[in-house]
Amino acid sequence: MSYQIPKFRHPDLPVNDLGYTKADYEGSISSLCAGCGHDSISGAIVMACHELSIEPHKIAKLSGIGCSSKSPTYFLGNSHGFNSVHGRMPSVVTGAAMANRDLMYLGVSGDGDTASIGMGQFAHVARRNLNMVYIVMNNGCYGLTKGQDSATADEGSASKKGDANVYSAIDLCGTALQMGATFVARSFSGDKGQLVPLIKAAITHRGFALIDVISPCVTFNNNPGSTKSYEFVREHAEATGTVDFVPMRREITTDYKPGFSHEVTMHDGSSIHLYKVDEELDPFNRRSAMMTLEDHRETGSILTGLIYMDRDSRDLHDVLETSQRPLNELREGDLCPGNKMLENINASLR
Amino acid sequence: MKPIESLNDFVIKFANVNGTGSASANNLFAKALFRMGLPVCPKNIFPSNIQGLPTWYEVRVSEKGYLGRRGGTDIVLSVNPQSMAQDIQDVEPGGYFIYDNTKPLDLRLLRNDVNIIGIPLTLICNEQYKDPRQRQLFKNVIYVGALAALLDMDFKVLTDLVEDQFKGKEKLVLPNIHALELGHQYARTNLECPIGIRVQTSDKVGDKILLDGNTALGLGAIYGGATVAAWYPITPSTSVVDAYEKYARRVRIDPGTGRRNYAIVQAEDELSAIGMVIGASWNGARAFTATSGPGVSLMSEFLGLAYFAEIPTVLFNVQRAGPSTGMPTRTQQSDVLSAAYASHGDTKQVLLFPSTPKECFDFGALSFDLAERLQTPIILMTDLDLGMNDNMSEPLAWDDDREFDRGKVMTAEQLEEGVEFGRYLDVDGDAICYRTYPGTHHNKGAFFTRGTSRDEYAIYTEKGEEYEKNMLRLMRKWETIKEYVPGPEIVDCGKKADTAVLYYGTSEESSREALDYLAEEGVHLDAMRVRSFPFNQEVEDFIDQHKQVFVIEQNRDAQLRTLLMAEFELGPDKLKSVLCFDGTPISARNIRKQIKQHLSGNNVTPLHRNIVAGDTK
Repeated sequence: MSYQIPKFRHPDLPVNDLGYTKADYEGSISSLCAGCGHDSISGAIVMACHELSIEPHKIAKLSGIGCSSKSPTYFLGNSHGFNSVHGRMPSVVTGAAMANRDLMYLGVSGDGDTASIGMGQFAHVARRNLNMVYIVMNNGCYGLTKGQDSATADEGSASKKGDANVYSAIDLCGTALQMGATFVARSFSGDKGQLVPLIKAAITHRGFALIDVISPCVTFNNNPGSTKSYEFVREHAEATGTVDFVPMRREITTDYKPGFSHEVTMHDGSSIHLYKVDEELDPFNRRSAMMTLEDHRETGSILTGLIYMDRDSRDLHDVLETSQRPLNELREGDLCPGNKMLENINASLR
Repeated sequence: MKPIESLNDFVIKFANVNGTGSASANNLFAKALFRMGLPVCPKNIFPSNIQGLPTWYEVRVSEKGYLGRRGGTDIVLSVNPQSMAQDIQDVEPGGYFIYDNTKPLDLRLLRNDVNIIGIPLTLICNEQYKDPRQRQLFKNVIYVGALAALLDMDFKVLTDLVEDQFKGKEKLVLPNIHALELGHQYARTNLECPIGIRVQTSDKVGDKILLDGNTALGLGAIYGGATVAAWYPITPSTSVVDAYEKYARRVRIDPGTGRRNYAIVQAEDELSAIGMVIGASWNGARAFTATSGPGVSLMSEFLGLAYFAEIPTVLFNVQRAGPSTGMPTRTQQSDVLSAAYASHGDTKQVLLFPSTPKECFDFGALSFDLAERLQTPIILMTDLDLGMNDNMSEPLAWDDDREFDRGKVMTAEQLEEGVEFGRYLDVDGDAICYRTYPGTHHNKGAFFTRGTSRDEYAIYTEKGEEYEKNMLRLMRKWETIKEYVPGPEIVDCGKKADTAVLYYGTSEESSREALDYLAEEGVHLDAMRVRSFPFNQEVEDFIDQHKQVFVIEQNRDAQLRTLLMAEFELGPDKLKSVLCFDGTPISARNIRKQIKQHLSGNNVTPLHRNIVAGDTK
């Protein structure tokens, strides 16, 4: 049974530059638990893609296995989707991106899918700097198998079952930085104001963009004692600053105090404005990003916002020098060298 | 002792130390015979090591054109003291043992039924060369020169070959020719030349080429239009992607922009490699990976997804002896079952079995057409013997009018016209459905790819009826597949035989030779070479027409026989096994011996236990 969202919409729903309403970016009705953080992230993805005026069918959404990886059904219904194998989404995206460089690739994963079974692929897709947005819906537990701790659960954090986790937590942002990711951010499913511009910036960034989104599991990990509950995250989140995404064609209208902000021009000419709150962090310096992450880990606070961005990122297509024309558009004439060449090869083998 | 006398028909084995440059000298020897118009079959028997362990290079020379291993060794050329005791034992009675007699031969090794020929290779080198590396390298070239005299080879063919080989590095030509002459001169002056085994220029090569199967596969991928290669290095498949890259650099760089019309990604492991192939194929590019048995095991989960989600996937499996920590440099055909039923759930995978470099090229290119037409993984099953050895082959050819078969892909125009699209909807009755590439149409044709749990329109459902309906359609598709995959090659012995042999891949040449031996002894058998799985109707008919069929294969568990029994529901008596699984290519003598044992009823002990005791070389 599939649940389709009713097509009826308010006639005055705002349209974007392409004439699409937000409804054109939605998917089926979610079958996740009521209040699941993942649904808020789906909503943020819809909003970001709509506001950026990306043609929905020019997006490919891919996922692994788990609650998070079910969610691509619940947004971007006009995009091709691919629910692949547990922990292996990055490889499928890599292949897809090699085949057609003109689409936008959105990978959706969870903490089990990324930090455990998919750790290898996550590390390597980051170091290859594949041009994709990689969103982790991070709830610190395995929801679909009823609440086991995942590898991102903090040491000492207790899920609904009550036992405190005894293992060290994997910080995906730290790992991504270490692996050479060129865009690293963390956010909270409950903070759309921060998440939507981050997604937009990640989409516009050319290269691997990780957004680790803390997304509480209302059913198994939203209890007192959990460090991934709504309450805990709200109380302990510290933002690096705020981000405002400015599309290329739009006037810059936001006022900001000079000396406290950065303007970053993206590959397509659009820009993002960073309003710094954290005095220590220089988000264009990897060392600074790593130190700030470590400082926050020590104090038990959760650093959110844009943590690192490499403004001179070269993605995998740049490195491999692949043709500007998507490889999947090449035909016999482009690919097949013909019999004459084989005759020469034969002659060299006699 | 009667020395072996033969013309243009013998087996020579070089016993070397790996990492000493022997491979190129041995290759020079084989290629020279090939250029003299003699069919040759060189086989490298090498360790999983870079330097210092024993390695052998066996060359079969056969004017009759037998290109498989015969079994037995007529001449051993020994320059490796480590393996000398065994090497001298391997010489056929009346054969020749040529060795470096700078150090005298251990008298305990001496055989009086073998001709012992000493050449002071180290001494000659020490006198000629000061540099230790040169001493090592030229020693190999010197023995090739000596062999030329001993076998009465055309010396000019050798020197011409050296000139060809070092084109562009001319300053290496003269020193190599000089080394050849040193050996040649020594033999002519000090030894009786020629020996009983000799060669003479012939015309049995025609327009054939000498090529390894992996290079042919790499070329097949180029001609088949592959644009994405994703792989993880593993012997013996590595040279497939090496070859693809070599030719891609030559023919796939856009002259205007300098950009590449291909992408090669060396993955972090085989799981990732196959994931990339599936992602690229899903997105409308032709993609492939190359691996060996351990890689197929790792890829199995993804192969299941590709089977169920019906994503074209091309995998070249260059088989070797198992397991991962097994004998990676030894050949076998031992992944048949793991590939045929790769993955969990009810899965059946399409297999292709090439047996020559030409067929590696043809099937390699064909794999992409089949994968896209049939929307399923195509696993091409070659092996180390075919993949890494130079094999004499028909020349490669391509029809310039040939177009790729891209299969059933619905276009934006069709969607716009309102043609009904259901990703898993069988509209043509052949159980193959239309797919769309991502990005085709702004609001039609998008679908969510999943293994199962969806209906014909790719809408999520966990209904049992939908699952079952889909599985039955996949079975119908399996029937369609039989019409597309290459059929068997049948050789009728012309004598109304009720017994036959069945073989595939690299067992072909030795089987052919064994059948000739048996025919000389009055035993006439029909033969069929299976070239694909699923088995076509012709395969079934052939088996039906014979009372007993020997299935010749290079694994312990008679894997193709098991597959045939399972698919055709045959009892165990109908198919008998002829097996070799010591990691060397199966030999004609071994096949003959096993078939004769069966025919004489001398097979009371379970077949799996008494086979290949001894005579496998």
